[in-house]
Amino acid sequence: MLRVENLSLHFEDKGKIQEAVRGISFHMQESEILGIVGESGSGKTMTALTIAGLTKEHEVLDEGRILLDQTDLLALSPKEMRDIQGRNISMIFQEPMTALNPTMKIGKQVEEALVLHTRLSKEERRKKAIRALEDVELERPDLLYGKYPHELSGGMRQRVMIAAAIVCRPRLLIADEPTTALDVGTQESILRLLKKLNKKYNMGILFISHNLRVVNELCSRVLVMKDGVILEEGPTEQIFEDPRTQYTKDLIAAIPGRTKSSAFYKLLKAKAGE
Amino acid sequence: MKYRGTKLRQLGINKRKLGKTGYNFVFGLLLTIVMVGLIVLGFLWSPYDPEAMQGSVKLNAPNLVHIFGTDQFGRDIFSRVLVGAGSTLSIALGTVLIGGGIGIIAGAVTGYFGGWLDEMLMRVNDALAAFPSVLLALVIISIWGTGKYKVMLALGIAFIPSFARIVRGEFLRCREADYVISAKLIGVSTPRILFVHILPNILPALLSSLAIGFNNAVVQEAGMSYLGIGVQPPDASLGRMLSESQTYLASGPWCAIFPGVFLVLLVLGVGMLGEGILDRFGGGR
Repeated sequence: MLRVENLSLHFEDKGKIQEAVRGISFHMQESEILGIVGESGSGKTMTALTIAGLTKEHEVLDEGRILLDQTDLLALSPKEMRDIQGRNISMIFQEPMTALNPTMKIGKQVEEALVLHTRLSKEERRKKAIRALEDVELERPDLLYGKYPHELSGGMRQRVMIAAAIVCRPRLLIADEPTTALDVGTQESILRLLKKLNKKYNMGILFISHNLRVVNELCSRVLVMKDGVILEEGPTEQIFEDPRTQYTKDLIAAIPGRTKSSAFYKLLKAKAGE
Repeated sequence: MKYRGTKLRQLGINKRKLGKTGYNFVFGLLLTIVMVGLIVLGFLWSPYDPEAMQGSVKLNAPNLVHIFGTDQFGRDIFSRVLVGAGSTLSIALGTVLIGGGIGIIAGAVTGYFGGWLDEMLMRVNDALAAFPSVLLALVIISIWGTGKYKVMLALGIAFIPSFARIVRGEFLRCREADYVISAKLIGVSTPRILFVHILPNILPALLSSLAIGFNNAVVQEAGMSYLGIGVQPPDASLGRMLSESQTYLASGPWCAIFPGVFLVLLVLGVGMLGEGILDRFGGGR
């Protein structure tokens, strides 16, 4: 469904050109959950933003193609791209507290994609929006519809954001660290929700995180990125059980665990012993 | 000293309580409603014809027949104040509409896009702002001539820079906001982002600056009419009435006092309303 070919991106920092992504290629199957892990500055977010159409291509693109089915997203005009955004590709990101517009009612925000991409009547839009709020497991969606974001908790806002992203049933949902700002309990429920939506609507998810534990839970396949290149790629079990690079081994070792045998625990003990 | 301390503390508590109930907002709104109500009344009905001269009642002090008194031509001042305030109000509204409308668009575009367009429009803005607005209005009127609508247009143009600057700053603050990014992500077009997604978020700052602009326009119109380049006789406006009554300050002070007080109350009401809006909805700024 999605194919990224030889993508190279750069950005300018105080006049200096920095390479962010250096010729990466990968693909995604229909309704697959693909994880990209890597530390800050590995180029994972830049890649995601470019697929979502948020970077200005002429400013960042060196070369490469991003194909959604047969169309090259990078060759589209801004207007053509806007037509795909929210309808075929949606994205959710890290900040549930600020990502909703404080002056717009929840219902209106969830409906926005429908206003842009469909010709549904007001009543049909309302039905679909309430349906989407139900899909993200929010209680009393009819009541929520008329509320403002400040009346909701962080976890609820993240769910509203997901509802707004999936209301048009996109084929690809890009999730950039969607659980990082949430507490562990809420994190779990959001992950479960993403999994459910993936099954229910055959929606592919490109899940970006620095948290391997989360990726392990959710994704069927993983890319490990560092310094703008893909170090390793494979099914999640393979990456976790038989990591091929030292970097991946270190990342796995850094996952905090509950058992005393975990590498993290040993690391803590070693440090305490010094 | 102890007494003083407790008294101050009591005052402090009182102030806080007033702040909570939105003292400015409530009082400003009430005063504005009363003043605008009177003006609307003036459009529909006034006790006397505001332009009718009665030789028999020249410069009468306020009495039961003419509650605000009469002027040097025997015209009823109450009627003239109502009608005059009407034209002052409509000029001020027109000014805010023109200046605010163009200012909002210019500010939104420059603040959101930045870059060379921003530089260019803001330099034009600086050039406009470099003239005192009355002077600018004077120049425009000397080119186009006087009259109610020309005063409106002249003041409107002179007011663009102040609105544009405020709106630009607010859009600059909001353009990187996460909710703007969310909107872009679902394919919202730029004009819709500007005016549907961002504009409501800057309303507190915008409304209060519009209120201040309105007040400035009222005062400027009065000033221009006072100088004789605003509303032309026999039409009444508050500034015009003030200027005409100058000669009779000693023999008929009511000719100046009532239009003056009316002007002050109108400006005070709208000013407090603007301040109140910022207090109440400005998000603790």
